[in-house]
Amino acid sequence: MAATTTARIAQVRLPTTGIRHQLRATSVVWRRELVRFSRDRTRMLTGLVQPLLFLFVLGTGLSSLVARGTDLDFRTFLYPGIVAISVLFTATFAGISLVWDREWGFLREMMVAPVSRSSILVGKAFGGATVATAQSLVMLALCGVVGIPYNPVMLIEMVVLLYLAGLMLTSMSLAMVVRIKQFQSAFPLVQMIITPMMFLSGAMFPLSGLPRWLDILTTLNPLTYAVEPMRHVVFSHLDLSPTDQATLDPGLTWGDWPVPVLVQVGVVIVTTVGLLLIAIARFDRTE
Amino acid sequence: MAVSNTVRERERAATIAIRGLTKTFGKGDRAVEAVRGIDLDVEAGETFGFLGPNGAGKSTTIKMLCTLADPTAGSATVAGHDVVSERDEVRRHIGLVFQETTLDTYLTAEQNLRFHAELYGVPRSELGARLDEVLAMVGLDERRGDLVQTFSGGMKRRLEIARGLLHSPRVLFLDEPTIGLDPQTRASIWDYLSELHRREDITVFVTTHYMDEAEHCDRIAIMDEGRIVALDTPEALKAGIGEDRVRIQTDDDAVAIRQLSERFDIEATTVGVDGGGKAVSFGVPGGEQFVPRLFGGLDVPIRSVTVTRPSLDDVFLSYTGRTIRDAEAATRPAPPWVRR
Repeated sequence: MAATTTARIAQVRLPTTGIRHQLRATSVVWRRELVRFSRDRTRMLTGLVQPLLFLFVLGTGLSSLVARGTDLDFRTFLYPGIVAISVLFTATFAGISLVWDREWGFLREMMVAPVSRSSILVGKAFGGATVATAQSLVMLALCGVVGIPYNPVMLIEMVVLLYLAGLMLTSMSLAMVVRIKQFQSAFPLVQMIITPMMFLSGAMFPLSGLPRWLDILTTLNPLTYAVEPMRHVVFSHLDLSPTDQATLDPGLTWGDWPVPVLVQVGVVIVTTVGLLLIAIARFDRTE
Repeated sequence: MAVSNTVRERERAATIAIRGLTKTFGKGDRAVEAVRGIDLDVEAGETFGFLGPNGAGKSTTIKMLCTLADPTAGSATVAGHDVVSERDEVRRHIGLVFQETTLDTYLTAEQNLRFHAELYGVPRSELGARLDEVLAMVGLDERRGDLVQTFSGGMKRRLEIARGLLHSPRVLFLDEPTIGLDPQTRASIWDYLSELHRREDITVFVTTHYMDEAEHCDRIAIMDEGRIVALDTPEALKAGIGEDRVRIQTDDDAVAIRQLSERFDIEATTVGVDGGGKAVSFGVPGGEQFVPRLFGGLDVPIRSVTVTRPSLDDVFLSYTGRTIRDAEAATRPAPPWVRR
C-alpha cells in the first residue's frame, strides 16, 4: 500500500457520506476556532478590557451613588451582568469571524467540501461558544475580588450558563452576518445590535420597578434570559437580606407570573435553535 | 495505460463529459452569456488545459464542473456523477485549487491538511501515510509544522495542490494555479504537476491564460467569448496552422528572395535581426524538412538558418483573429455607467 520507489501512492478511499462524517466536519470546524483563539493572544487580552472597565471603573464610580439602602457592594451586583456582557462581546465577535473567513478565502475551502452547510455552521456556533466561555473564565476567576465566594457548584452552574449564552449569541451573530461579504460592514451591524441588547438586558441595573416601556423591551430581549439565571445563581450564594434580594434580584415576570429559572434557560435554548435555523437557511442560499 | 483501447472505449471512460453547458448571468436585456453551450470530453488520466483570455468563460465553466455554480442549461458529469443532482458525490471525487488562496494562514501546513481530511472524511487509519506522501510530493515535508503565514506565494500554492490531492480525487481542478507567481515559481509548479501525474492515477483539468504553460498539457481547448474555438493536442493545434517560420542570413538577400519566389513559389521578406543586420524570413510547412532543399536550391551562400515552430499564441491568433493580449484588453469589464 505504501509508495515504493516507482509505485503509485497509497490512495485513500472515502466512506459514503453519513452522520459520522457530518459530525467529523462539525468537530473540526469547532476545533479550528479553538486553535485560532489559542494563537491569538491579542484577542484574549482585548476581549477582557471592556468587561473589566465596566466592572471596576463603572462599578466603582457608581457605587457611591447607588450604595445607599443596602450593604451590597454595587460591583457585586454588577458582576453577573458583566460576566454575561463579556460573553456577549466574545461570542458575537466569534460569529463575525465567518465574514473574516469569507474575505480571506478559507470559507471557500469549507463550502466546497462534501458536507452540508449546516454542519459547518453548527461547528462555527459551538466553536464561538467555547471560545467565549473560555474567555469569560478569567472574569469568573475574579469573583472573589468583588466579594463572591469561590463555590464550586456556583462556578460549574455559571460555566454551563455562560456556554448556553455564548451559543445563543454566536448563533445570533452568525444569523446576522452570514450573507455579508465584507468585514467592515459586519462589524457596525453587530455593534448596532449588541449595544442596545447589553443595556436592555438587566446586566447593568435591576429589573425591579422599571417603567412600562423599559420593562417590555427587557422582557423581549433574549439576553435578559441569559443574564437573569446567572444573577440568580450568584445571588443564591450570597448572604442577602430579603429586602435586598427583592430589590436587586426581583426575577423575571411575564405579566404576573414569575418565570422560573429553568424556563428562562429554556428560552435561551429555544432562541438558540431558532437563530441557528435562520442562519442555516440564509447560509444555504448564498453563493 | 493500454494503448490498445479503442477510441470508443476511451470515450466511455471520459472522466469529464460536458454537453451543451450554458451559463447566463442576469435576465432580459442585461443577460450576459458567459458560457454558450459547450461540449467536451476529458479522458481519464489526461492533463487537460483550458485556455483563453480573462473573461472567456473558463472560470465559470470550472465552477459549474466543481458544483459551485448551477448551469443555466446543458449538463455535465464528473467522475461519472452529475454536477447538479449528485453534488456531494462529485465533490468527493474532485480536488480544487482556486485562483485565490483558500488556506487558513493562522494554522500550520499540517493543520490545514488535517482540517481538509476531516471535512472530506478521510479514514484516520490512512491519513498519516497520505499526509506524508502529499507533503513530500510538493516538497513541504520539512515545513509541515510552520504557520502558513510564513510561506511564500509558491509554497502556499504547492500546499494547496497537496491539499487538493489529500482525499485521492479522480480529477484535480486548478483554476489559474500560477497566476500572480513569478516565472521561476510558475515553472516549478508545473514540475510538481507533471511529477504528480507520474505518481497518481488522476485527471488534471487546468485553466490558464499563459499560452506557454499549455505546452505541458496533453490536450487543450481554447475558449473565447464563451465558446470552445479549438480543441486538440498542442502539437496538432500548432501543426494545424501549417507553417513554420524560417529565417536565413545570406550574402545577398535580394537574390535569395527572388530565387525563393521563382524556384519554391515562396513569398519572403527581409526582417531586422537582433544585434543589427538583416535576415530573410518566410513561412513554410515542415520547416525542418525544407532546410536541406534550401541549400541545394539557392545559389547564394547561406550563413545561418533558424526554424521556429508556431507558438500557441499564433494558434490563438489564427482561431480568434486576435492575439491573447488584445483579447484581454477587449474583455476587461466596462465600468457600470458605460452602456455597451
